[in-house]
Amino acid sequence: MRKSGKISTLLSDKEKRFNLLAFITQISIIVIFLLSWEILTRLGVINTFVFSSPSLIIKTIKELFLTGHLVTHLTTTFLETAIAFVLGIVLGLLVALILYSFKFIAKVVDPFLTLINSLPKVALGPILIIWIGANTKSIIVMALLINLIVSIVTIYNGFLNIDENKIKLLKSFGATKGQILRKLIIPASYQTIVSSLKLNISMSLIGVIMGEFLVSKEGLGYLIMYGTQVFDLNLVMSGIFLLLIFSYILYKAISLLEKKLIKE
Amino acid sequence: MNNLVEIKNLTKTYHTKKEEVEAICNISLDIKEGEFIAIVGSSGCGKSTLLSILANLEEKTGGQITFNKKDFVIGYMLQNDCLLDWLTILDNATLGLDIQKNKTKENVDYVKKLLKTYDLDSFKDKYPKELSGGMKQRVALIRTLAIRPDILLLDEPFSALDYQTRLAVSDDVYKIIKKEKKTVIMVTHDLAEAISLADRVVVLSKRPCQIKKIYDIKLTNKSNPIENRKAKEFSDYYEKIWQNLDVVI
Ligand SMILES: Nc1ncnc2c1ncn2[C@@H]1O[C@H](COP(=O)(O)OP(=O)(O)O)[C@@H](O)[C@H]1O
Ligand SMILES: [Mg+2]
Repeated sequence: MRKSGKISTLLSDKEKRFNLLAFITQISIIVIFLLSWEILTRLGVINTFVFSSPSLIIKTIKELFLTGHLVTHLTTTFLETAIAFVLGIVLGLLVALILYSFKFIAKVVDPFLTLINSLPKVALGPILIIWIGANTKSIIVMALLINLIVSIVTIYNGFLNIDENKIKLLKSFGATKGQILRKLIIPASYQTIVSSLKLNISMSLIGVIMGEFLVSKEGLGYLIMYGTQVFDLNLVMSGIFLLLIFSYILYKAISLLEKKLIKE
Repeated sequence: MNNLVEIKNLTKTYHTKKEEVEAICNISLDIKEGEFIAIVGSSGCGKSTLLSILANLEEKTGGQITFNKKDFVIGYMLQNDCLLDWLTILDNATLGLDIQKNKTKENVDYVKKLLKTYDLDSFKDKYPKELSGGMKQRVALIRTLAIRPDILLLDEPFSALDYQTRLAVSDDVYKIIKKEKKTVIMVTHDLAEAISLADRVVVLSKRPCQIKKIYDIKLTNKSNPIENRKAKEFSDYYEKIWQNLDVVI
């Protein structure tokens, strides 16, 4: 017992050192990248007008914050993403349930799902603007177009993968269709549904940024688009940087949620 | 004793996209109350189909099945324990009662008593993943017994277990069944298991299956399945049934 304990701590020591080394290397890469970017712009080797620079990005973000625009842009993008995310999950679950319960509908819809799934959804942007208008609704519909199909397909496939024998067991007790859904299909798909959240949040964000590129008056996507139009590269780079942080936080939050939900 | 179930000229043909599969050709069999029947036959011959039809999970194509009792209740148990991971052992064991909206205090107490009798009392509030394969199979049996079936249909109930566990669990299950005085039809492809457990062994031909022969198993000093394997008639039966099986290689 004591021996194996010793070996395992030795191993984990080695692992710890390995992980630490990787972490230090990662930090160094970022620091070196940012430093050389800054130095090269200061030396005039690269043009800040086209490439911006870390200090200019920080300055721009500070200004955005002081004028109060930063909070507006962030909350706008956040709310749009959150709405699209929740709607995507709820509708995805609902449609998957319908497809699972009515084999005929599933059969009919199947090729259409594949067709829509293979279409690059951005192509529909201009039509959305005409049909729905240049407003937040268009952005959310855009995001839904992207995340909904993925949610439906993931959750529906989860349903289809449930052990036939378990369904047989419930039927042998005389279970109704509704009971099979409530007592077996939905609880058994809990994991699939939770794992689809992570994919869904990424898809929602893609859709929202795309939508903001096309129509909006505020939001991170708007910030980047507006910066490009007025050729203010500091604004564009700041927008991208903010989006990077924003999406990372969202992703981490969903991962945490997922861990919590699956543990219980 | 009375015939509890009478099967007459049963036939079954599956219709698939590509072809028609005739699974059961013509089966007639009477099952007496309290009897333990084992059905053996090569794999794919239609054994599961026969049980599924009896359990009302599959439509028959022709013939009659008569249950000589009012409100006949069927208990069906599959090869796999099919316990639901997210339910406790007690909730798993009462799943059938729950579905049949019959989870009365009396019935739940009956299940608790069964769990206690069969050494699962301390696991009532645990989850399936904390139990061994043999224990899970016992829970599956109790789940089936909970609805107080008139007949138990067991489809290769032990084949998911390793050999040692299988012997022990089949011994357990046999004791439980005898104690609860249940009529049983068990499908298996293990001849030794069939002979050591059953009162009659029905040998099926290959697909579409028909009854080839029925053996009345008479062993001296018949007791529990493990002991039964030591009876002097055991190897005789084994030999005879083996020769009658259409073994497909
Ligand atoms: N739902 C089904 N549709 C079509 N064919 C089936 C179906 N279920 C079983 N069969 C066919 O019927 C035959 C008997 O199957 P089964 O009763 O499961 O055999 P066994 O349990 O004896 O191994 C097999 O050839 C199988 O392929
Ligand atoms: Mg079978």
